[in-house]
Amino acid sequence: MNFIPPDFTPASSEIFMLIMVCVVMLADLTAGDNRRYVAYLLTQTTLLGCALLTFISFSTEITHTFNGMYVDDAMADILKLMVYGTVSAVLVYSHTYISDRGMLKGEFFSLILFATMGMMVMISASHFLTLYIGLELLSLSLYALVALRRESLVATEAAMKFFVLGALASGFLLYGMSMVYGATGTLHVSQLAQIIQSEASSKEVLVVGLVFIVAGISFKLSAAPFHMWAPDVYQGAPTAVTLFIGSAPKLAAFGFVMRLLVEGMGEMSADWQGMLVILAVMSMAVGNIAAIAQTNIKRMLAYSTISHMGFLLLGFISADSNGYSSALFYVIAYVLMTLGTFAMVMLLCRSGFEAENINDFKGLSKRNSWYAFIALLLMLSLAGIPPMIGFYAKLSVLQAVVNAGYVWLAVVAVLFSLIGAFYYLRIIKLMYFDEPETDEPIKPNSDVKILLSANGLAVLAFGIFPQALMGLSLYAIQSSM
Amino acid sequence: MSFDFPLLSLIIWLPIVFGIAVFATGNDRNAQLARLISLVGSILGLLVAIPLYTNFDSATGAMQFIESHVWFERFNVNYHLGVDGISMPLILLNCFITPLVIVAGWEVIKERVSQYMGAFLIMSGIVNGVFASLDAILFYVFWEASLIPMFLIIGIWGGPNRVYAAIKFFLYTLLGSLLMLIAFIYLYLASGGSFSIEDYHKLSIPLTPQILIFVAFLLAFAVKVPMWPVHTWLPDAHVEAPTGGSVVLAAILLKLGGYGFLRFSLPIAPDASHYLATMMIVLSLIAVVYIGLIALMQVDMKKLIAYSSVAHMGFVTLGFFLLNAYGIEGAMVQMISHGFISGAMFLCVGVLYDRLHSRQIADYGGVVNKMPIFAAFFMLFAMANAGLPGTSGFVGEFMVIMSAMKVNFWYAFLAATTLIFGAAYTLWMYKRVIFGAVASPAVEGLKDISKREFVLLAILAISVLWIGVYPYPLTEVMHTTVDQLLIHVSNSKL
Repeated sequence: MNFIPPDFTPASSEIFMLIMVCVVMLADLTAGDNRRYVAYLLTQTTLLGCALLTFISFSTEITHTFNGMYVDDAMADILKLMVYGTVSAVLVYSHTYISDRGMLKGEFFSLILFATMGMMVMISASHFLTLYIGLELLSLSLYALVALRRESLVATEAAMKFFVLGALASGFLLYGMSMVYGATGTLHVSQLAQIIQSEASSKEVLVVGLVFIVAGISFKLSAAPFHMWAPDVYQGAPTAVTLFIGSAPKLAAFGFVMRLLVEGMGEMSADWQGMLVILAVMSMAVGNIAAIAQTNIKRMLAYSTISHMGFLLLGFISADSNGYSSALFYVIAYVLMTLGTFAMVMLLCRSGFEAENINDFKGLSKRNSWYAFIALLLMLSLAGIPPMIGFYAKLSVLQAVVNAGYVWLAVVAVLFSLIGAFYYLRIIKLMYFDEPETDEPIKPNSDVKILLSANGLAVLAFGIFPQALMGLSLYAIQSSM
Repeated sequence: MSFDFPLLSLIIWLPIVFGIAVFATGNDRNAQLARLISLVGSILGLLVAIPLYTNFDSATGAMQFIESHVWFERFNVNYHLGVDGISMPLILLNCFITPLVIVAGWEVIKERVSQYMGAFLIMSGIVNGVFASLDAILFYVFWEASLIPMFLIIGIWGGPNRVYAAIKFFLYTLLGSLLMLIAFIYLYLASGGSFSIEDYHKLSIPLTPQILIFVAFLLAFAVKVPMWPVHTWLPDAHVEAPTGGSVVLAAILLKLGGYGFLRFSLPIAPDASHYLATMMIVLSLIAVVYIGLIALMQVDMKKLIAYSSVAHMGFVTLGFFLLNAYGIEGAMVQMISHGFISGAMFLCVGVLYDRLHSRQIADYGGVVNKMPIFAAFFMLFAMANAGLPGTSGFVGEFMVIMSAMKVNFWYAFLAATTLIFGAAYTLWMYKRVIFGAVASPAVEGLKDISKREFVLLAILAISVLWIGVYPYPLTEVMHTTVDQLLIHVSNSKL
């Protein structure tokens, strides 16, 4: 029997990542307690190396490998590059925070890298099982990250909740996949599309399977009514981990939805469109209304995430490349804003003090007018006020929704974003209109200072010149469909 | 006529650049520097706007000083600027008011000076952008962006209830604008992928979508104007805002709504405008009569002027929806004149407030004994607010009443009651504040206006009288544009 080795080049960055995770773990074992920065630097190097590998192998062609279970296309490359950038920024932002809290250990970095690898697999998978493996690699790493401060009660509780609900969601997803397999006899994304198109399969079973798959996806996206875990996990997890959970995995989730629903079951778009409408409206309603009642900033941002995921799902409803590209643009904008916002929360933390309450933002403009200004840009962007990038994200999604003929849905969406504007404005109010409760100076490291300023200004700059990111999103979608 | 220099961009971006420079002066140690930079910036802003008037060709109704560059291709959005006879006077008004506002806050604002001055300069540039945009998305971006500085101005430097007022102001206006955004997206798709406002003017749309578009626009613009019954944010915002904020709010930001009706509602949805004209006229008349009565009952001077603003802006919307040339031109004159008069009235109240820290009418009385020069100025502006012939307040109101007479006697009758109510609430307030015996030791200690305040009020007084006596330079530039607008409105687009 001849063994033909598969073509490894499309997966070169994942392979490099795997090797480097092992290196990071080993290096950290030998480095000892006072040289933790070795692991940090190695992790950043790994991300840089992956970025280079992905960048070099960038091509507009769609390459399948591992017997069609793995795919490398422009969308995958672009999403992966963004994931590397996001994770790298997460590490810069959270460095001081985790070292102040005794979490600067090798496992933090190796878990983050494992999670990143999970995301890469999710983005590049073209087989339902590969998708599932990527998702589980990501999820299991995240459960462990949330529980990393094992002496903290809230963190443990959050991790437990996350794990139980996450496992349930994975079960949903697998059950749905098994039904799809039963109906079509394949789990290959590309073959699946053909079989569904030829109508050789049982439609009823497929639709039931689809329901379970959509439910599973909603869990992972934290779209209502499957959002219950998000507020608790966001609140309970150490802020550095919340930052991680809230940012990069959303990019991967976008890729996941694209592979599963669009590439695999795109022929059934008429069936999943209706489900997404309900999920989107519920998410926007629950997210925006519940966020008003929150006094914990992390919980508020969790609800804000839920509402943003609702908006993101709207992009898929039109089921054409115009809509998908607007959803991708939305995700990119969202990740950019979330990074900055959580970094801002961490900026307010000091060793021995957790900034958890929205009142910790009080009088920020008097304490430090520059960071208050950055936070102002971020909040306005989250609220979707021009000229910030958040506005263009909303604009492109709404455009896709109206284009698909759902004018009423666009009206509902803007009404909910009006409600949403209120709690972002409340943060601005606290920063600018109220007196500070403490005059503790805000002194971040210079790398955080530069990155956070760049992050905030990027929200404005990409708002004034949105073409680059919009064009990139459109290009990513068009060249892989 | 060719005019290649990007004048409009300069008018928009120069104040913004100066505003950023003012921010850069940092904290209050450099307050004097911040004041100087902002004064220079605002005066330069006014000077560069003058060629807009001198080089304006009033014989054409087409857009002038056009600039067009691709902004982002993804949605075919262009950086497309241009002015016509409707937007040009409003830009001049804005550039004219900005230095006055800077000077008005010169000594009064002592905290966070650079942020205050910078916010006003940036807002001035943004508002110019609103008036000059010919692309719907560009317009929308400027339109929404103008909320941010005003929100901060009310919230940081405002009175005791400022937080409530600031958030109410923001959310109210945001509600209207978001629906306008959906209307833009609808028009974008209906026009086959264009955000150009001029393309929308040519687009034919069936009646039902036209009415929906009209309603979406109505919400956006009615909140801004503000029309009854969505006016309730205005008194709150005015009362809590610092003097400069009130002046800009009344003189400039309310005009955005009026401008929106002329640029969007009437030409894009002409059939819906005809269809709903009676409703609009009734709403406007309610504002004129009912709000006039409410103004009569106010005990707070700023609130009184705020309600009088709503009543005067009712005249503007009334003039628009009479749908004839006199009505629209009268409404335009009324907008400009209201910019001067309401600005001046708020400055006058500011002068008193800076001295006594009270806006209650009851706390004053006999001010004329201590501040005779001020009393004379205040008299002039109060008369103008009441619509006395010879002041700018009269011209616009008279033109609108005349055109209402052509349409329906009762419209004109009800509109004309404003001359009575306006006189009643303004002059009654004037009497209680200025005349009578000196009310309290605090009033006894008042000092008359400083040179700075004198210059401010004198400039506004000259403007009010000038438009009152000789409005021709103003009506001349808008004449052709208004005629062309009426042609648009009278042609059905079904």
